[in-house]
Amino acid sequence: MTYEEARTIVIEEIETIAPDVAPVAIGDAEDVREALDLDSMDIYNLIAALHMRLEIDIPDRDAAQFVTIGGAARWLEEHAARHRAGSAQGSD
Amino acid sequence: MGTFVMPSLGADMAAGTLVEWLKQPGDAVEQGDIIAVVETDKGAIEVEVFEKGHIGELLVEAGNVVPVGTPLARIDGSEMAGEQSSIRPAQPEIKTAAPRVAPARQLVFPRGTGQGPRASPAARKHAAELGIDLATVKGSGPDGAIQLVDVERAERMRPEAVSDPGPDLSAMRRAIAAAMSRSKREIPHYYLTHRFDLSATLGWLDHYNAERPPPGRLLLGALQLKAVAVALKEFSEFNGFYSKEGFAASPDVHLGTAVAIRGGGLAAPCIRHADTLTLSELMESLRGLVTRTRRGQFRSSEIADATATVSSLGDRGVESLLPVIYPPQVSIVGFGSVMQQPWAVEEGPVVCPVITASLAGDHRANDGHRGALLLRRIEQLLSEPDKL
Repeated sequence: MTYEEARTIVIEEIETIAPDVAPVAIGDAEDVREALDLDSMDIYNLIAALHMRLEIDIPDRDAAQFVTIGGAARWLEEHAARHRAGSAQGSD
Repeated sequence: MGTFVMPSLGADMAAGTLVEWLKQPGDAVEQGDIIAVVETDKGAIEVEVFEKGHIGELLVEAGNVVPVGTPLARIDGSEMAGEQSSIRPAQPEIKTAAPRVAPARQLVFPRGTGQGPRASPAARKHAAELGIDLATVKGSGPDGAIQLVDVERAERMRPEAVSDPGPDLSAMRRAIAAAMSRSKREIPHYYLTHRFDLSATLGWLDHYNAERPPPGRLLLGALQLKAVAVALKEFSEFNGFYSKEGFAASPDVHLGTAVAIRGGGLAAPCIRHADTLTLSELMESLRGLVTRTRRGQFRSSEIADATATVSSLGDRGVESLLPVIYPPQVSIVGFGSVMQQPWAVEEGPVVCPVITASLAGDHRANDGHRGALLLRRIEQLLSEPDKL
Protein backbone atom coordinates (compact mmCIF):
# COMPACT_ATOMS: atom_id res chain seq x y z
CA MET A 1 0.00 0.00 0.00
CA THR A 2 1.36 3.41 -0.93
CA TYR A 3 1.15 6.43 1.33
CA GLU A 4 -1.48 7.97 -0.96
CA GLU A 5 -3.62 4.82 -0.90
CA ALA A 6 -3.41 4.65 2.88
CA ARG A 7 -4.21 8.34 3.15
CA THR A 8 -7.34 7.92 1.00
CA ILE A 9 -8.53 5.04 3.20
CA VAL A 10 -7.95 7.02 6.41
CA ILE A 11 -9.91 9.98 5.04
CA GLU A 12 -12.77 7.71 3.93
CA GLU A 13 -13.00 6.12 7.35
CA ILE A 14 -12.96 9.49 9.14
CA GLU A 15 -15.80 10.62 6.85
CA THR A 16 -17.79 7.51 7.76
CA ILE A 17 -17.21 7.91 11.50
CA ALA A 18 -17.88 11.63 11.54
CA PRO A 19 -20.02 12.56 8.49
CA ASP A 20 -20.16 16.16 9.70
CA VAL A 21 -16.44 16.92 9.32
CA ALA A 22 -14.24 17.51 6.27
CA PRO A 23 -10.92 15.66 6.67
CA VAL A 24 -9.95 16.55 3.07
CA ALA A 25 -9.73 20.17 4.14
CA ILE A 26 -6.97 19.73 6.72
CA GLY A 27 -3.25 19.13 6.47
CA ASP A 28 -1.68 15.69 6.94
CA ALA A 29 0.25 16.85 10.00
CA GLU A 30 -2.67 18.49 11.79
CA ASP A 31 -4.05 16.84 14.92
CA VAL A 32 -7.57 15.73 13.92
CA ARG A 33 -8.71 16.22 17.51
CA GLU A 34 -7.90 19.92 17.25
CA ALA A 35 -8.64 20.49 13.55
CA LEU A 36 -11.84 18.42 13.30
CA ASP A 37 -12.94 18.29 16.95
CA LEU A 38 -12.70 14.50 17.04
CA ASP A 39 -12.54 12.92 20.49
CA SER A 40 -11.15 9.72 21.97
CA MET A 41 -14.27 7.80 20.89
CA ASP A 42 -13.76 8.93 17.28
CA ILE A 43 -10.09 7.86 17.34
CA TYR A 44 -11.15 4.53 18.88
CA ASN A 45 -13.70 4.06 16.08
CA LEU A 46 -11.15 5.04 13.41
CA ILE A 47 -8.63 2.46 14.61
CA ALA A 48 -11.34 -0.21 14.92
CA ALA A 49 -12.59 0.58 11.39
CA LEU A 50 -9.09 0.40 9.87
CA HIS A 51 -8.51 -2.85 11.74
CA MET A 52 -11.68 -4.37 10.26
CA ARG A 53 -11.19 -3.03 6.73
CA LEU A 54 -7.51 -3.87 6.32
CA GLU A 55 -7.44 -6.90 8.63
CA ILE A 56 -4.37 -5.50 10.30
CA ASP A 57 -3.72 -5.35 14.01
CA ILE A 58 -2.97 -1.85 15.25
CA PRO A 59 -1.40 -2.12 18.73
CA ASP A 60 -2.78 0.20 21.36
CA ARG A 61 0.70 1.65 21.95
CA ASP A 62 0.68 2.95 18.34
CA ALA A 63 -2.75 4.57 18.69
CA ALA A 64 -1.17 7.97 19.32
CA GLN A 65 0.12 8.01 15.71
CA PHE A 66 -3.47 7.95 14.44
CA VAL A 67 -4.32 11.46 15.60
CA THR A 68 -2.96 12.89 12.33
CA ILE A 69 -3.93 11.72 8.85
CA GLY A 70 -0.24 11.65 7.89
CA GLY A 71 0.72 9.63 10.97
CA ALA A 72 -2.02 7.09 10.31
CA ALA A 73 -1.16 6.82 6.60
CA ARG A 74 2.55 6.36 7.30
CA TRP A 75 1.83 3.67 9.89
CA LEU A 76 -0.45 1.80 7.46
CA GLU A 77 2.00 2.17 4.55
CA GLU A 78 4.74 0.62 6.64
CA HIS A 79 2.77 -2.14 8.35
CA ALA A 80 0.43 -3.15 5.51
CA ALA A 81 3.53 -3.94 3.40
CA ARG A 82 4.96 -6.07 6.18
CA HIS A 83 1.56 -7.65 6.74
CA ARG A 84 1.33 -8.66 3.07
CA ALA A 85 4.92 -9.92 2.93
CA GLY A 86 4.17 -12.09 5.94
CA SER A 87 1.02 -13.53 4.40
CA ALA A 88 1.59 -16.64 2.26
CA GLN A 89 -1.62 -16.20 0.27
CA GLY A 90 -1.03 -12.55 -0.41
CA SER A 91 -2.30 -11.71 -3.87
CA ASP A 92 -2.25 -8.53 -5.89
CA MET B 1 -52.75 -9.05 22.57
CA GLY B 2 -50.89 -5.86 23.39
CA THR B 3 -51.08 -2.29 22.22
CA PHE B 4 -48.04 -0.32 21.20
CA VAL B 5 -48.54 3.33 22.15
CA MET B 6 -46.70 6.57 21.48
CA PRO B 7 -44.14 6.38 24.28
CA SER B 8 -43.28 9.18 26.66
CA LEU B 9 -39.68 9.95 25.78
CA GLY B 10 -39.04 12.41 28.55
CA ALA B 11 -41.12 14.09 31.23
CA ASP B 12 -41.79 17.15 29.08
CA MET B 13 -42.99 15.34 25.96
CA ALA B 14 -46.65 15.82 25.06
CA ALA B 15 -46.68 14.45 21.52
CA GLY B 16 -44.43 12.96 18.87
CA THR B 17 -44.37 12.55 15.10
CA LEU B 18 -44.50 8.99 13.85
CA VAL B 19 -41.87 9.31 11.12
CA GLU B 20 -41.59 5.75 9.88
CA TRP B 21 -42.74 2.20 10.49
CA LEU B 22 -39.87 -0.28 10.41
CA LYS B 23 -42.16 -3.30 10.78
CA GLN B 24 -45.25 -4.23 8.86
CA PRO B 25 -48.38 -6.19 9.83
CA GLY B 26 -47.52 -9.86 10.20
CA ASP B 27 -43.87 -9.27 11.09
CA ALA B 28 -42.63 -11.14 14.14
CA VAL B 29 -41.18 -8.92 16.87
CA GLU B 30 -39.12 -9.67 19.95
CA GLN B 31 -38.50 -7.55 23.00
CA GLY B 32 -35.99 -4.83 22.10
CA ASP B 33 -36.76 -4.77 18.35
CA ILE B 34 -36.92 -1.31 16.87
CA ILE B 35 -40.31 -1.02 15.20
CA ALA B 36 -40.79 2.66 14.51
CA VAL B 37 -39.03 6.02 14.35
CA VAL B 38 -40.57 8.90 16.29
CA GLU B 39 -39.50 12.53 16.05
CA THR B 40 -39.50 14.69 19.19
CA ASP B 41 -37.67 17.84 20.15
CA LYS B 42 -34.80 15.57 21.15
CA GLY B 43 -34.46 14.38 17.57
CA ALA B 44 -35.47 11.21 15.77
CA ILE B 45 -35.79 8.32 18.19
CA GLU B 46 -35.85 4.65 17.31
CA VAL B 47 -38.63 3.12 19.38
CA GLU B 48 -38.30 -0.38 20.72
CA VAL B 49 -41.10 -2.78 21.54
CA PHE B 50 -41.23 -4.56 24.89
CA GLU B 51 -43.37 -7.52 23.91
CA LYS B 52 -42.91 -10.61 21.85
CA GLY B 53 -45.47 -11.38 19.19
CA HIS B 54 -46.57 -10.27 15.75
CA ILE B 55 -47.48 -6.84 14.49
CA GLY B 56 -51.25 -6.85 14.07
CA GLU B 57 -52.62 -3.60 12.71
CA LEU B 58 -50.84 -0.31 12.28
CA LEU B 59 -53.26 2.24 13.70
CA VAL B 60 -51.43 5.43 12.80
CA GLU B 61 -49.73 6.11 9.53
CA ALA B 62 -46.32 7.68 9.18
CA GLY B 63 -46.32 11.45 9.15
CA ASN B 64 -48.89 12.00 11.88
CA VAL B 65 -48.23 13.85 15.11
CA VAL B 66 -50.03 12.11 17.95
CA PRO B 67 -50.17 12.64 21.73
CA VAL B 68 -48.26 10.42 24.13
CA GLY B 69 -50.31 7.31 24.90
CA THR B 70 -52.06 7.12 21.53
CA PRO B 71 -52.27 3.50 20.33
CA LEU B 72 -49.96 3.15 17.32
CA ALA B 73 -50.20 -0.56 16.59
CA ARG B 74 -51.64 -3.77 17.92
CA ILE B 75 -49.21 -6.49 18.84
CA ASP B 76 -50.72 -9.95 18.63
CA GLY B 77 -49.35 -12.20 21.33
CA SER B 78 -47.66 -15.36 20.16
CA GLU B 79 -50.35 -17.50 21.81
CA MET B 80 -53.05 -15.54 19.98
CA ALA B 81 -51.21 -15.56 16.68
CA GLY B 82 -53.39 -18.26 15.14
CA GLU B 83 -56.59 -16.31 15.18
CA GLN B 84 -55.10 -12.84 14.91
CA SER B 85 -52.61 -13.30 12.13
CA SER B 86 -54.88 -12.47 9.21
CA ILE B 87 -53.36 -9.43 7.62
CA ARG B 88 -55.94 -6.95 6.53
CA PRO B 89 -55.42 -5.43 3.12
CA ALA B 90 -56.28 -1.93 4.25
CA GLN B 91 -55.90 -0.08 7.50
CA PRO B 92 -59.11 0.22 9.50
CA GLU B 93 -60.65 3.55 10.23
CA ILE B 94 -60.24 4.59 13.82
CA LYS B 95 -63.10 6.32 15.51
CA THR B 96 -61.37 8.72 17.81
CA ALA B 97 -63.33 11.39 19.57
CA ALA B 98 -60.73 13.97 18.80
CA PRO B 99 -61.16 17.67 19.35
CA ARG B 100 -60.87 19.94 16.33
CA VAL B 101 -57.24 20.72 15.84
CA ALA B 102 -55.20 22.62 13.35
CA PRO B 103 -52.96 20.64 11.02
CA ALA B 104 -49.21 20.32 10.80
CA ARG B 105 -47.17 21.56 13.72
CA GLN B 106 -50.02 21.22 16.16
CA LEU B 107 -51.53 17.94 17.19
CA VAL B 108 -52.98 15.84 14.40
CA PHE B 109 -55.02 12.88 15.48
CA PRO B 110 -55.03 9.54 13.74
CA ARG B 111 -56.69 9.19 10.38
CA GLY B 112 -60.43 8.89 10.22
CA THR B 113 -61.09 12.02 12.20
CA GLY B 114 -61.51 14.17 9.11
CA GLN B 115 -59.13 16.84 10.36
CA GLY B 116 -56.19 18.46 8.64
CA PRO B 117 -55.56 18.78 4.92
CA ARG B 118 -56.59 15.80 2.85
CA ALA B 119 -53.45 14.10 1.62
CA SER B 120 -52.42 10.72 0.29
CA PRO B 121 -50.29 8.59 2.63
CA ALA B 122 -47.34 8.87 0.22
CA ALA B 123 -47.68 12.65 0.10
CA ARG B 124 -47.92 12.85 3.88
CA LYS B 125 -44.83 10.69 4.33
CA HIS B 126 -42.81 12.59 1.73
CA ALA B 127 -43.82 15.95 3.22
CA ALA B 128 -42.74 14.76 6.66
CA GLU B 129 -39.40 13.64 5.26
CA LEU B 130 -38.84 17.00 3.63
CA GLY B 131 -40.16 18.98 6.56
CA ILE B 132 -42.89 20.56 4.45
CA ASP B 133 -46.00 21.78 6.24
CA LEU B 134 -48.96 20.20 4.40
CA ALA B 135 -51.09 23.25 5.20
CA THR B 136 -48.88 25.24 2.81
CA VAL B 137 -49.30 22.77 -0.07
CA LYS B 138 -51.99 23.22 -2.71
CA GLY B 139 -53.64 19.92 -3.57
CA SER B 140 -54.42 18.87 -7.14
CA GLY B 141 -56.23 15.62 -6.34
CA PRO B 142 -59.95 14.94 -5.93
CA ASP B 143 -61.57 17.57 -3.69
CA GLY B 144 -58.21 19.33 -3.44
CA ALA B 145 -56.47 16.35 -1.80
CA ILE B 146 -52.71 16.68 -1.68
CA GLN B 147 -50.89 14.12 -3.80
CA LEU B 148 -47.26 13.17 -3.98
CA VAL B 149 -46.72 15.38 -7.06
CA ASP B 150 -48.00 18.38 -5.10
CA VAL B 151 -45.46 17.80 -2.36
CA GLU B 152 -42.70 17.39 -4.96
CA ARG B 153 -43.74 20.67 -6.57
CA ALA B 154 -43.73 22.41 -3.18
CA GLU B 155 -40.26 21.03 -2.58
CA ARG B 156 -38.97 22.45 -5.89
CA MET B 157 -40.47 25.84 -5.07
CA ARG B 158 -38.73 26.11 -1.73
CA PRO B 159 -35.91 28.67 -1.89
CA GLU B 160 -33.34 26.18 -0.66
CA ALA B 161 -33.65 22.52 0.14
CA VAL B 162 -32.47 21.88 3.65
CA SER B 163 -30.51 18.71 4.08
CA ASP B 164 -29.36 18.06 7.61
CA PRO B 165 -28.21 14.56 8.49
CA GLY B 166 -27.38 15.38 12.11
CA PRO B 167 -29.49 16.35 15.08
CA ASP B 168 -31.67 19.45 14.98
CA LEU B 169 -29.42 21.82 16.91
CA SER B 170 -31.94 24.60 17.38
CA ALA B 171 -34.48 22.18 18.87
CA MET B 172 -31.69 20.69 20.98
CA ARG B 173 -30.67 24.13 22.20
CA ARG B 174 -34.26 24.84 23.21
CA ALA B 175 -34.44 21.53 25.08
CA ILE B 176 -31.15 22.26 26.88
CA ALA B 177 -32.28 25.79 27.72
CA ALA B 178 -35.60 24.58 29.15
CA ALA B 179 -34.07 21.81 31.26
CA MET B 180 -31.12 23.84 32.55
CA SER B 181 -33.24 26.92 33.34
CA ARG B 182 -35.62 24.75 35.32
CA SER B 183 -32.66 23.13 37.09
CA LYS B 184 -31.07 26.43 38.12
CA ARG B 185 -34.47 27.85 39.11
CA GLU B 186 -35.67 24.91 41.19
CA ILE B 187 -32.72 22.81 42.35
CA PRO B 188 -30.61 23.99 45.31
CA HIS B 189 -27.30 22.69 43.99
CA TYR B 190 -24.23 22.09 46.10
CA TYR B 191 -20.88 21.10 44.62
CA LEU B 192 -18.02 18.89 45.75
CA THR B 193 -14.77 18.15 43.95
CA HIS B 194 -12.18 15.48 44.57
CA ARG B 195 -8.76 15.11 42.91
CA PHE B 196 -7.08 11.72 42.83
CA ASP B 197 -4.22 9.76 41.30
CA LEU B 198 -5.26 7.66 38.30
CA SER B 199 -1.94 5.79 37.78
CA ALA B 200 -3.30 2.38 38.80
CA THR B 201 -6.40 2.75 36.63
CA LEU B 202 -4.50 3.85 33.53
CA GLY B 203 -1.80 1.21 34.06
CA TRP B 204 -4.46 -1.50 34.20
CA LEU B 205 -6.18 -0.04 31.11
CA ASP B 206 -2.92 -0.04 29.08
CA HIS B 207 -2.32 -3.64 30.04
CA TYR B 208 -5.91 -4.65 29.22
CA ASN B 209 -5.86 -2.93 25.82
CA ALA B 210 -2.40 -4.21 24.84
CA GLU B 211 -3.74 -7.76 24.74
CA ARG B 212 -6.82 -7.05 22.67
CA PRO B 213 -7.65 -6.17 19.05
CA PRO B 214 -9.02 -2.64 18.56
CA PRO B 215 -12.76 -3.45 18.77
CA GLY B 216 -12.30 -5.16 22.16
CA ARG B 217 -10.46 -2.31 23.84
CA LEU B 218 -11.81 -0.01 26.53
CA LEU B 219 -11.76 3.74 26.96
CA LEU B 220 -11.46 5.37 30.38
CA GLY B 221 -15.04 6.60 29.92
CA ALA B 222 -16.40 3.05 30.27
CA LEU B 223 -14.58 2.61 33.60
CA GLN B 224 -15.88 5.95 34.84
CA LEU B 225 -19.47 4.98 34.00
CA LYS B 226 -19.16 1.63 35.75
CA ALA B 227 -17.61 3.13 38.89
CA VAL B 228 -20.30 5.80 39.12
CA ALA B 229 -23.11 3.30 38.50
CA VAL B 230 -21.87 0.92 41.20
CA ALA B 231 -21.40 3.78 43.66
CA LEU B 232 -24.88 5.19 42.93
CA LYS B 233 -26.41 1.81 43.66
CA GLU B 234 -24.92 2.04 47.15
CA PHE B 235 -25.85 5.71 47.70
CA SER B 236 -29.54 5.56 46.82
CA GLU B 237 -30.34 9.15 47.81
CA PHE B 238 -28.37 10.28 44.75
CA ASN B 239 -30.15 7.97 42.30
CA GLY B 240 -33.78 8.66 41.39
CA PHE B 241 -36.27 11.43 40.75
CA TYR B 242 -37.53 14.47 42.58
CA SER B 243 -41.20 15.35 42.07
CA LYS B 244 -43.95 17.28 43.85
CA GLU B 245 -44.25 14.35 46.25
CA GLY B 246 -40.56 14.62 47.13
CA PHE B 247 -37.66 12.36 46.30
CA ALA B 248 -38.16 8.77 45.17
CA ALA B 249 -35.05 6.61 44.95
CA SER B 250 -34.85 4.29 41.96
CA PRO B 251 -34.04 0.62 42.52
CA ASP B 252 -32.18 0.57 39.18
CA VAL B 253 -29.33 2.69 37.88
CA HIS B 254 -30.01 4.10 34.41
CA LEU B 255 -27.04 6.30 33.80
CA GLY B 256 -27.40 9.37 31.58
CA THR B 257 -24.24 10.07 29.61
CA ALA B 258 -23.61 13.59 28.39
CA VAL B 259 -22.54 13.45 24.74
CA ALA B 260 -21.22 16.60 23.10
CA ILE B 261 -22.35 17.28 19.53
CA ARG B 262 -19.74 18.79 17.25
CA GLY B 263 -20.75 22.31 16.31
CA GLY B 264 -22.65 22.79 19.56
CA GLY B 265 -25.30 21.00 21.50
CA LEU B 266 -25.46 18.24 24.01
CA ALA B 267 -27.62 15.22 24.66
CA ALA B 268 -27.65 12.83 27.60
CA PRO B 269 -29.02 9.48 26.43
CA CYS B 270 -28.92 6.78 29.06
CA ILE B 271 -27.43 3.34 29.53
CA ARG B 272 -29.96 1.19 31.32
CA HIS B 273 -28.90 -0.95 34.29
CA ALA B 274 -25.37 0.39 33.90
CA ASP B 275 -24.28 -1.09 37.24
CA THR B 276 -25.05 -4.64 36.03
CA LEU B 277 -23.12 -4.44 32.74
CA THR B 278 -19.56 -5.70 32.30
CA LEU B 279 -16.92 -3.19 31.21
CA SER B 280 -16.95 -4.52 27.65
CA GLU B 281 -20.76 -4.35 27.52
CA LEU B 282 -20.63 -0.80 28.84
CA MET B 283 -17.99 0.11 26.23
CA GLU B 284 -20.19 -1.33 23.48
CA SER B 285 -23.24 0.58 24.79
CA LEU B 286 -21.28 3.80 25.09
CA ARG B 287 -19.86 3.45 21.61
CA GLY B 288 -23.26 2.84 20.02
CA LEU B 289 -24.86 5.61 21.99
CA VAL B 290 -22.24 8.24 21.10
CA THR B 291 -22.36 7.26 17.42
CA ARG B 292 -26.16 7.37 17.25
CA THR B 293 -26.43 10.57 19.26
CA ARG B 294 -24.07 12.38 16.91
CA ARG B 295 -26.13 11.20 13.94
CA GLY B 296 -29.31 12.43 15.61
CA GLN B 297 -30.63 8.90 16.17
CA PHE B 298 -31.82 7.87 19.60
CA ARG B 299 -33.49 4.73 20.85
CA SER B 300 -36.49 4.97 23.12
CA SER B 301 -34.78 3.00 25.90
CA GLU B 302 -31.88 5.47 25.80
CA ILE B 303 -34.18 8.46 26.05
CA ALA B 304 -36.27 7.03 28.88
CA ASP B 305 -35.51 9.02 31.98
CA ALA B 306 -32.07 8.46 33.43
CA THR B 307 -31.77 8.19 37.22
CA ALA B 308 -28.51 10.22 37.34
CA THR B 309 -26.00 11.55 34.81
CA VAL B 310 -22.26 11.48 34.17
CA SER B 311 -20.50 14.27 32.27
CA SER B 312 -16.89 13.68 31.28
CA LEU B 313 -14.74 16.25 29.51
CA GLY B 314 -12.61 13.62 27.78
CA ASP B 315 -8.95 14.07 26.96
CA ARG B 316 -8.95 17.61 25.57
CA GLY B 317 -10.92 19.38 28.26
CA VAL B 318 -9.85 21.23 31.37
CA GLU B 319 -9.13 20.18 34.91
CA SER B 320 -12.64 20.12 36.31
CA LEU B 321 -16.28 20.93 35.69
CA LEU B 322 -19.19 21.86 37.94
CA PRO B 323 -22.11 20.24 36.13
CA VAL B 324 -25.78 21.20 36.28
CA ILE B 325 -28.30 18.58 37.42
CA TYR B 326 -30.74 17.36 34.78
CA PRO B 327 -34.20 17.51 36.41
CA PRO B 328 -35.96 15.52 37.77
CA GLN B 329 -32.66 13.80 38.69
CA VAL B 330 -30.93 14.75 41.94
CA SER B 331 -27.23 14.36 41.12
CA ILE B 332 -24.67 14.56 38.35
CA VAL B 333 -21.06 13.41 38.46
CA GLY B 334 -18.41 15.20 36.40
CA PHE B 335 -14.92 14.13 35.35
CA GLY B 336 -12.31 16.63 34.20
CA SER B 337 -9.51 15.69 31.81
CA VAL B 338 -6.64 13.57 33.08
CA MET B 339 -3.71 15.90 33.80
CA GLN B 340 -0.06 15.12 34.53
CA GLN B 341 0.50 16.88 37.85
CA PRO B 342 2.88 16.88 40.81
CA TRP B 343 1.56 14.56 43.49
CA ALA B 344 2.75 13.83 47.01
CA VAL B 345 3.30 10.20 47.90
CA GLU B 346 5.12 8.78 50.92
CA GLU B 347 8.47 8.87 49.14
CA GLY B 348 7.98 12.52 48.23
CA PRO B 349 6.70 14.42 45.20
CA VAL B 350 6.16 12.56 41.93
CA VAL B 351 4.39 13.35 38.66
CA CYS B 352 1.14 11.42 38.23
CA PRO B 353 -1.89 11.35 35.96
CA VAL B 354 -4.51 13.05 38.12
CA ILE B 355 -8.24 13.42 37.58
CA THR B 356 -10.76 15.67 39.29
CA ALA B 357 -14.18 14.15 39.91
CA SER B 358 -17.01 16.46 40.87
CA LEU B 359 -20.52 16.06 42.16
CA ALA B 360 -23.48 18.39 41.95
CA GLY B 361 -26.15 17.31 44.42
CA ASP B 362 -29.74 18.40 44.97
CA HIS B 363 -29.97 19.54 48.59
CA ARG B 364 -33.65 18.58 48.69
CA ALA B 365 -32.64 14.93 48.36
CA ASN B 366 -29.08 14.55 49.68
CA ASP B 367 -26.24 16.23 51.57
CA GLY B 368 -22.57 17.02 51.19
CA HIS B 369 -21.35 14.54 53.78
CA ARG B 370 -22.78 11.58 51.90
CA GLY B 371 -21.81 13.25 48.63
CA ALA B 372 -18.18 13.26 49.76
CA LEU B 373 -18.42 9.57 50.62
CA LEU B 374 -19.89 8.92 47.18
CA LEU B 375 -16.95 10.63 45.45
CA ARG B 376 -14.46 8.72 47.62
CA ARG B 377 -16.23 5.49 46.74
CA ILE B 378 -15.90 6.34 43.03
CA GLU B 379 -12.17 6.90 43.55
CA GLN B 380 -11.85 3.56 45.31
CA LEU B 381 -13.75 1.70 42.58
CA LEU B 382 -11.63 3.31 39.85
CA SER B 383 -8.42 2.42 41.69
CA GLU B 384 -9.31 -1.28 41.50
CA PRO B 385 -10.47 -1.59 37.88
CA ASP B 386 -9.98 -5.37 37.82
CA LYS B 387 -12.92 -5.60 40.24
CA LEU B 388 -15.24 -3.41 38.15
